[in-house]
Amino acid sequence: MPQTPARVTATPAAREAITRLRAARGGPVMFIQSGGCCAGSTPMCYPAGEFITGDTDVLLGEIDGCPFYIDQRLDAAWRQDEFILDIEAGQPEGFSLPAGPDLHFVTRSPACLAPAAPPQPFERRDG
Amino acid sequence: MKYVAPGQPGSIVTVEPRYENFIGGKWLAPVQGKYRTDLSPATAGPITEVAQSTPEDVELALDAAHAAKDGWAEKSAAERAAVLNSIADAVEANKEMLAVAESWENGKPVRETLNADIPLVVDHFRYFAAAARAEEGRSTEIDKDLVAYHFREPLGVIGQIIPFNFPLLMAAWKLAPALAAGNCTVLKPASPTPWSILKLAEVIEDVLPAGVINIVTGPGAEIGKALAANPRIAKIAFTGETVTGRLIMQYAAQNIIPSTVELGGKSPNIFFSDVIASDDEFLDKAVEGLVLYAFNKGEVCTCPSRALIQADIYDEFMSRALDRIKTIRQGNPLDTATQLGPQVSAQQLEKIASYVEIGRNEGAQVLTGGQRAQIGGEFSDGYFFQPTVLKGDNKMRVFQEEIFGPVLAVTTFTDEADALAIANDTLYGLGAGVWTRDGTRAYKMGRAIKAGRVWTNCYHQYPAGAAFGGYKISGIGRENHRMMLDHYSQTKNLLVSYSTKPLGLF
Repeated sequence: MPQTPARVTATPAAREAITRLRAARGGPVMFIQSGGCCAGSTPMCYPAGEFITGDTDVLLGEIDGCPFYIDQRLDAAWRQDEFILDIEAGQPEGFSLPAGPDLHFVTRSPACLAPAAPPQPFERRDG
Repeated sequence: MKYVAPGQPGSIVTVEPRYENFIGGKWLAPVQGKYRTDLSPATAGPITEVAQSTPEDVELALDAAHAAKDGWAEKSAAERAAVLNSIADAVEANKEMLAVAESWENGKPVRETLNADIPLVVDHFRYFAAAARAEEGRSTEIDKDLVAYHFREPLGVIGQIIPFNFPLLMAAWKLAPALAAGNCTVLKPASPTPWSILKLAEVIEDVLPAGVINIVTGPGAEIGKALAANPRIAKIAFTGETVTGRLIMQYAAQNIIPSTVELGGKSPNIFFSDVIASDDEFLDKAVEGLVLYAFNKGEVCTCPSRALIQADIYDEFMSRALDRIKTIRQGNPLDTATQLGPQVSAQQLEKIASYVEIGRNEGAQVLTGGQRAQIGGEFSDGYFFQPTVLKGDNKMRVFQEEIFGPVLAVTTFTDEADALAIANDTLYGLGAGVWTRDGTRAYKMGRAIKAGRVWTNCYHQYPAGAAFGGYKISGIGRENHRMMLDHYSQTKNLLVSYSTKPLGLF
């Protein structure tokens, strides 16, 4: 388990999907947050160990024994403290395992779940 | 004019109820007999069924490619070029049909497929036909009796995985150089857009030696690894997103084969004050240059998704740009008047909407658009999103993450140094745009921006002959240029002695 408090949590639907995947595959899976382009910005789900992580990957936490990573450069650019793993209708992207028949994993930010959240302060560049 | 949707009476595109894999010059049913429905994003309705392949099908495709590879490699450059030219001719003869099929499956407006995608496919095959003919080895006289001959030899069988945003053009970018260099390929189209490439195969199957191009459709989780990690490929070429790119490079490392990967981008498009120095054709071009973020619905790795506008002209320039954006005609992609079609899938639409929400929550100001577009009629279920502009700061997530939709993030800069700092403050380095009437500034900016392609006083042009590829995490390798022949071949050196004298060591 990670030493620091987990930055990733999962909705009940995502947990159920992981349980089904574990049962079907006979082992855990892993998640890597993707960073853009055609299949981007969704978490990729692979059999555990399929994606070789390195020192530049940040472990955000584990969900039922399944680790969730993000590239530290993406992590720095995104500045998102918490990730919420969920599922949605539709096929997964890239080589990602589906979350079920015609289902794929997604990550949400708490800001998206609570649109009333106050905006983050930024140094404005406006002229 | 409006084209009739494929499969409807009177359409120029015929649609079979289902499509099999194209392997060894034949149409082969997937071994496990599974198919899935292929949708049009304009209506969310079905077009046809395509093979839901499994690793066994990839093996069949590799069998066919390996059976063909020696014969294809032994063909003369002239013979290979003739085949590439025949492919180009066949595509050209079926330009309208392929343009309509591509538009209907991907959602991109047919005015784009008619005027950009398909003509570029044709030209790409012709360019590589010419490049193959012009290719030369080198010889070096090491000393008067010792000569090093260098030959370019094909790699063998290539695995190629392409994205959904330019299905036919990305196929051409991958196939043409691979074939020109004497290789056979197994191509996996993107899951949302397998069909137009199968229509392409129908068009070229008669001019193509069996097994030189093999196409296997199916989900990445099922067949992606089966192809990319397969010990029977000699190279893997991929266009897509970064995590899959890393995974593919890991597989290539495990097999000790080369890989080229073209990944994401978050390209800056920089407008200096002098663009409005005169109210002329160039200013009109610059305004269009900003609005090109909506080209192909923003589903472009090089989408100019960050507009950086010099602060003193922001109000006037942005006002002109917003006026132009408000005239964008959105709707039926098969109407030649349509400028903005639907996003490729419901997933993309969801993602774009969530990014706009993220932007709002970060404090970005929505200057126009911002939500799903309601087209109505037969397109009411289509995946349309309004052309959107968010004003904010480059540190915001909507400036840092690739949204892959018609969403522009705009900010201002004070001077050249500021523009450069903002432009390079990104993980990516695929494309960039610089707009100015000052040639010296354009040159200096272009050289200083960390990106593989800097469009200068233009954007979104992709002519064969201009190398395309990424800096930073946007990828490794180049496409669209004869240097691709190096990416698809290996060097054979014959070191020949013309001396009869022993070395004298033993």
